[in-house]
Amino acid sequence: MQLTDRREFEGTATLHGVRRTVSLLLCPEVVVGDHVLVHAGFVIGRLDEQEAAATLALLDEGLAREREANDRAAGEAAS
Amino acid sequence: MTDAGPFHDPGRVAALAARIERLAGLLPRPATLMEVCGTHTHAIGEAGLRRLLPTNVRLVAGPGCPVCVTPVDYLDHAIALAMRPDVTIGTFGDLVRVPASRRDSLERASARGADVRIVYSPRDALALARALPQRTVVFLAVGFETTMPTIAAALTEAEATGVANFRVLCGAKLLEPPLRALVADPELRVDGFLLPGHVSVILGADFYRFLTADCGVAAVIAGFAPVEIQQGIAELLEQLVARRPRVANLYPRAVSAGGNRTAQALLARWFVPVDTRWRGLGSIPASGLALRPEFAHRDAAQLAVSLPEPLEPKGCRCGDVLRGSISPPGCPLFARGCNPDHPIGACMVSSEGTCAAWYRHERPVRAADA
Ligand code: SF4
Repeated sequence: MQLTDRREFEGTATLHGVRRTVSLLLCPEVVVGDHVLVHAGFVIGRLDEQEAAATLALLDEGLAREREANDRAAGEAAS
Repeated sequence: MTDAGPFHDPGRVAALAARIERLAGLLPRPATLMEVCGTHTHAIGEAGLRRLLPTNVRLVAGPGCPVCVTPVDYLDHAIALAMRPDVTIGTFGDLVRVPASRRDSLERASARGADVRIVYSPRDALALARALPQRTVVFLAVGFETTMPTIAAALTEAEATGVANFRVLCGAKLLEPPLRALVADPELRVDGFLLPGHVSVILGADFYRFLTADCGVAAVIAGFAPVEIQQGIAELLEQLVARRPRVANLYPRAVSAGGNRTAQALLARWFVPVDTRWRGLGSIPASGLALRPEFAHRDAAQLAVSLPEPLEPKGCRCGDVLRGSISPPGCPLFARGCNPDHPIGACMVSSEGTCAAWYRHERPVRAADA
């Protein structure tokens, strides 16, 4: 969900057009535009999109290396 | 709460399954891994990930479904409060159908005239208290460190705004004590934990250091999407193969080293650890939370009620399921008398319950499994 509006310790979190009033008491540092984790009506944390991209890039790099190693092994077995 | 997209990509899931297969081939002995949290259990079932596991890797469900580990006497207490003419109960939805002693439940109490309201947030229960000033609104505080800060926040709001008729019945559980108990269980012999993302958002990755330092088991914090879960399993196997257990944080987009300090501080302000009983695990020292004595005026346990002798449902093996010593099909009542429409035990009721997850997702393939 994304925080689309905030007033003091309350805000609006939106996902696919669905809006929900959320309390910011547990995560007062969030700002409008942040991707947030919501639990039982409270924002409990921020989702860092850059970290998500980094996690994914690292994973894909590892998987690509494994694929290459597999292909090489298969190639060697064939020759 | 997971989003579609790259973390659901079948190509990555398959590639990770191959990695898991390769690592499993390097294991010195079969491995038992435990997914601690009910949300993981359901995600694993939904994506069919258990079926993709090599035969020497066992993935068992753990005690992280709050409703499931709540013992029957808590429900009896909630029902007794609900039957008081001056009390309105506010609760998360999955508690109302959980069987209490003698096949009673909050749902049945409500049919007998009790005022039981399902709420989405403790704040909604607080709003109820504001709207019903002549009644006492009791919120059923069942949950782990993810949910309890939200209850602490609602209590703080009640104090700040002078809502005197809002109380909680505290049945809170802490994560660390049962994990230690499970590691010590010689029957289970758990090698690694798949740790839930959400509670880790609150607690932080460093919280789990005891798992490696004191317990010597592998650990990974993972999100709830299929790719994240597969990545988590692969990480656990890597640690076991290398014999180098650590706490890996594969959910850094949400989980920091120190966690949510605001939430931790609120928890500490309102609650203190107490010995508490768990369905399946028995009484564990300092494994629950109680309101601090100075907040006794918020404690619904102070309201007079008479409690029946607690009786767990007959034949139900939720306890063994929660300890990971059997899978749900190992219970003779599973799908024979116990199903989500007619649950006999708590594990079949909750949306996070292990028996409910297996009934929904894993019944056809594993019906013969014990
Ligand atoms: S299948 Fe039903 S009776 Fe058996 S352990 Fe699960 S909840 Fe209890």
